Amino acid sequence: MGETKKIATRESFGMALCELAKEHDDIIVLDADLAAATKTEIFKKAYPDRFFDCGIAEANMIGVAAGLAAAGKVPFAASFAMFSTGRAYEQVRNSVGYPHLNVKIAGSHAGITVGEDGATHQCCEDLALMRTIPGMVVINPADHYEMVEAVKAAYAYNGPVYIRLGRLAIESFNDPDNYTFELGKGITLEEGTDCTVIATGLVVNEALKAVRALKERGVNVRLINMHTIKPIDKDIIIKAAKETGRIITVEEHNIIGGLGEAVAAVTSEFCPVPVNRIGVQDVYGHSGPALELLAEFGLDAAGLEKKISEIIGK
Amino acid sequence: MEQTELLNLKKTACNVRLWAVEGVFNAKSGHPGGSLSAADIMTYLYFKEMNVDPANPKDPDRDRFVLSKGHCCPALYAALALKGYFSTDEIKVLRHVGAMLQGHPDMKGTPGVDMSSGSLGQGISAACGMALAGKLSGKSYRTYAMLGDGECEEGQVWEAAMFASHNKLDNLCAIVDYNGLQIDGTVMDVAGLDTLSEKFASFGFEVIEINGHDFGEIEAAFNKAKTVKGRPTVIIAKTVKGKGVSFMENQVGWHGKAPNADQYKVAMDELNAQLKALEA
Repeated sequence: MGETKKIATRESFGMALCELAKEHDDIIVLDADLAAATKTEIFKKAYPDRFFDCGIAEANMIGVAAGLAAAGKVPFAASFAMFSTGRAYEQVRNSVGYPHLNVKIAGSHAGITVGEDGATHQCCEDLALMRTIPGMVVINPADHYEMVEAVKAAYAYNGPVYIRLGRLAIESFNDPDNYTFELGKGITLEEGTDCTVIATGLVVNEALKAVRALKERGVNVRLINMHTIKPIDKDIIIKAAKETGRIITVEEHNIIGGLGEAVAAVTSEFCPVPVNRIGVQDVYGHSGPALELLAEFGLDAAGLEKKISEIIGK
Repeated sequence: MEQTELLNLKKTACNVRLWAVEGVFNAKSGHPGGSLSAADIMTYLYFKEMNVDPANPKDPDRDRFVLSKGHCCPALYAALALKGYFSTDEIKVLRHVGAMLQGHPDMKGTPGVDMSSGSLGQGISAACGMALAGKLSGKSYRTYAMLGDGECEEGQVWEAAMFASHNKLDNLCAIVDYNGLQIDGTVMDVAGLDTLSEKFASFGFEVIEINGHDFGEIEAAFNKAKTVKGRPTVIIAKTVKGKGVSFMENQVGWHGKAPNADQYKVAMDELNAQLKALEA
């Protein structure tokens, strides 16, 4: 299994950009005065000539990215998810999405694990916003190794991509020697037949711990890591629905518009089964240490184990 | 400017106006006022200033034009068609279902359109990105972006101005089509947007003020812009909204509506008379 050193996916993102830039001189990185936080500063130090700080002006940053892409560059534009997808939503929609330009948008500090900064910065709507844009690929990597591969895949894909980054340092659970990232393909982490948990992003590892604890009690739950929210892996969802009869989704995002609804859209059309959505229950976050918030919102391993157990009555 | 060339530009501008009105009339909607005010500058850009080739619209070394005030695309489409990017027949079905020419510029579907635009304030940022890419790639192409004066009420315009100046984008030339009118009234009445030149100057731009209907002044401005080093240029072009069609000139109401059949006839007669006078 992966090493135990904790690392935030924002840091993995910065490192991955540097690796990728060694081979590809068309990569340009933009930030909006948050390079130290989004970790694009790692790239900035290595490639100062290909890094541009746009200042606290996210709308323009997205437009500049669009222009760079229109002229053949591959820009990665990073800010907090709240700003790169929220404040600049319409710029992403009209300047990047509509012309289907090759712009990669990163949103760090997504979800409630932003922690102490509180509700104004805890973006739990980014996946929903980006999903609604035609042609936009939406990726939410779960650990260091997955982020590194996701950044490579985002570069390889010719078109707009949104990548969600977390602030909180987390354990890596993927095995780097046996990991492959395929855009739009979920990964089965645990087999099971009692029900299927589909999780995404930072809470996948929490779900993994919960599912393993349930297994020890004889509750046989399947677990899927859905790193790509769009295009969603229909096949793996339909198979899980048919074989396990119930799906529980887990996301550090509003239950409206995120993974849960993406999964429910597939099941309702192709194989109707109950879908329970665990996530942020259409409320704002608030200040507090990230791990305490994760527990309060029922998104840590203990909370997930309890909730899954309640839902399936086992 | 040599007299034959000046005459040719004037004739082309007249044809751009004719086709812009034709497009809006056939679409039964669209924006004639700002298309007509911008027609002379767009004509100069496509028929004199820019290094572009309709046979190779994606040439990586070409000059770029971003119509940040995207709603004035009837004039852009007319210039592109007359330049040879596509048939003028396309203009007759502007905004129709299945047509190539959309209500606002679509770079994916229309040859010669360098950036999709229409949501105000966004085109100038994309132009900054294109100019920056040119510098990074060591290319000598220039990027032009046309803004409306009302558009300058968008905060993003000033974010972009800050970026262009900070990054010394001297290969970027913005043009403000300063016709003084927007949908709800005069630019002064709606938002008190005044002293545009001072605003751009304070953001670090080289500012050139001209009469946007005088080809001599237009030429001098673009030539000067090419000599400016280390900072972007903005040309503040004083224009008349609806220029060339008497009943549309300086009328707020002609920002975004199509002429009816009678009005269309009057407009075309006036523009054709202007063309005839130039050809005489």
